[in-house]
Amino acid sequence: MSKTKITLRDIAYGRSGDKGSSANIGIIAYTQDGYEFLEKFLTKERVGTYFKSLKPQNTVRYELPNLIAFNFLLYGILAGGGSRSLRIDSQGKVLAQALLEMPVEISKELLPLCLRKRENT
Amino acid sequence: MNKRPLIIGNAQAFWGDSPGAAAQLIQKQPDLNFLTLDYLAEVSLSIMAIQKDKDPSLGYAPDFIEVVKSLIPFWKKGLKFKIVTNAGGLNPEKCAETCLKVLQEEQCSKSIGIVHGDDVLESLKKDPTNQFFANLETTKALSTILPNLVTANAYLGADGIAELLTKGADLVITGRVADPSLTVGPCLAHFSWSSTDYDKIAGATIAGHLIECGTQATGGFCSHWMELKKTDQLGFPFVILEEDGSFVITKPKGTGGEVSIETVKEQLLYEIGDPDNYLSPDVSVSFLSLKLEKTKTNHIRVVDAKGKAPPPTYKVSATYRDGFRADGFLTLFGHHAAEKAKRTGQILFKKLEGVNAKPEKALIECLGTGDSVPGVFSNTHLSELKECVLRVAVFDHKKEIVERFTKEIAPLITSGPQGITGYTAGRPKVRPVFSYWPCLIPRSNVSQKTTLLTGFQK
Repeated sequence: MSKTKITLRDIAYGRSGDKGSSANIGIIAYTQDGYEFLEKFLTKERVGTYFKSLKPQNTVRYELPNLIAFNFLLYGILAGGGSRSLRIDSQGKVLAQALLEMPVEISKELLPLCLRKRENT
Repeated sequence: MNKRPLIIGNAQAFWGDSPGAAAQLIQKQPDLNFLTLDYLAEVSLSIMAIQKDKDPSLGYAPDFIEVVKSLIPFWKKGLKFKIVTNAGGLNPEKCAETCLKVLQEEQCSKSIGIVHGDDVLESLKKDPTNQFFANLETTKALSTILPNLVTANAYLGADGIAELLTKGADLVITGRVADPSLTVGPCLAHFSWSSTDYDKIAGATIAGHLIECGTQATGGFCSHWMELKKTDQLGFPFVILEEDGSFVITKPKGTGGEVSIETVKEQLLYEIGDPDNYLSPDVSVSFLSLKLEKTKTNHIRVVDAKGKAPPPTYKVSATYRDGFRADGFLTLFGHHAAEKAKRTGQILFKKLEGVNAKPEKALIECLGTGDSVPGVFSNTHLSELKECVLRVAVFDHKKEIVERFTKEIAPLITSGPQGITGYTAGRPKVRPVFSYWPCLIPRSNVSQKTTLLTGFQK
């Protein structure tokens, strides 16, 4: 099967925020097919590696199949968090946008089944 | 008995949210039964502690009093909505007293309920080696920061709010309570749920979680924000809750934004941990059985929340003094903008080292190059960037070190590269740092109390 290069935001959307010095990123697939693809592709290891420069201590992935969504917890990623972190994004508000820019390789046959359909929103 | 549904809105997501939102929501949605207003983020109470230190009559969110004033005309017109808010902060008694005075001056007869007892500072101070009080994130003992402890407040649940509403309170003012409990309280009172109706309470908790951040449920902050209409007039959210704990989330007709499967899913996942075990003082909620359904435009029905018994402890949000910080900005323009920004930041810190004022922590960010998430994106087109914002931030336990930093920024305007601008805001402010100390406390160590202040006769 031939593959094509996309970014994660082509097949998913999300939102992030802080929990103390940790952050969570909710990632939601547009379709069931997209969710099943991401179940294999968007592993906690891949997400942890993507953000390795921000030094998360540990990454956990929770699955919410009923919402075709994932919740990633990135422990200690906020360099102290809240009032302590010196970073401009001390509360992890931009992390979902950053993750949605992740390059993704997907088969050309599967891609159309993973795209957003406005009637599902 | 079949009770009518309860309509609960939110018009305040945090201390500093739109001051006109409450009146606007009531005007557009006059059938609202309850208005919830959330003023307390993790470290808001430390700001209130400083204010209370200076003046014992402060220590709550004074903005709330203005909100009450803005709502008086609606009550006078005969609307019956009630208010539940954590605006009381560290001083719910004074907040309630001020509120009552304002209402009386306007001949508006209301009873005000107060939930107190969330302040557990003394309990923590007395027992700094108690393992419940150890930092939940770092496991460090409280004794390590004891002298610097400023506030400690337990996240109370919905029971006090419900009790006051049952006794006839029109406004309930609390200190720290869990955000969703502002919504659960009215449900307990109205539907006469028992404290072990966990599935129903789970539904109301999710409703509260969805509306507690205001317009974040109605299109604000959403991934598809650029597609939304009338984002200058985003509607604040409200839920229509049924006796069984299911609900519909929506916003007033004609307001901007959107309540869709997408906006609701995003907000469901906002700032949560384990979705099978979302902890509140009222219930432990599972999101894994939830079903969402669009019933009509901007109406999303949420059903099948599952709950189980809450933890035997309350979560405590404590804060402690932890040094000082400041951050400053300069804008660099022209050829090599990003490189110029970086080097300007570097010479600033070299200068500080030269005068023995090297801060314990220092950070240079070249905003525009991806530095909001440093190192995640490779900057292959850096040299093409014609504009870059330099942000420099420092932390030190010594205030004078941070002060020195703030004085070395302006000199860069005449000694730095050409194309430097954006300095008119003046020297950055030195701010004390209040760090967050999350811990637990056994429920038996917390004595929650309720008081009802009655206005004059109705």
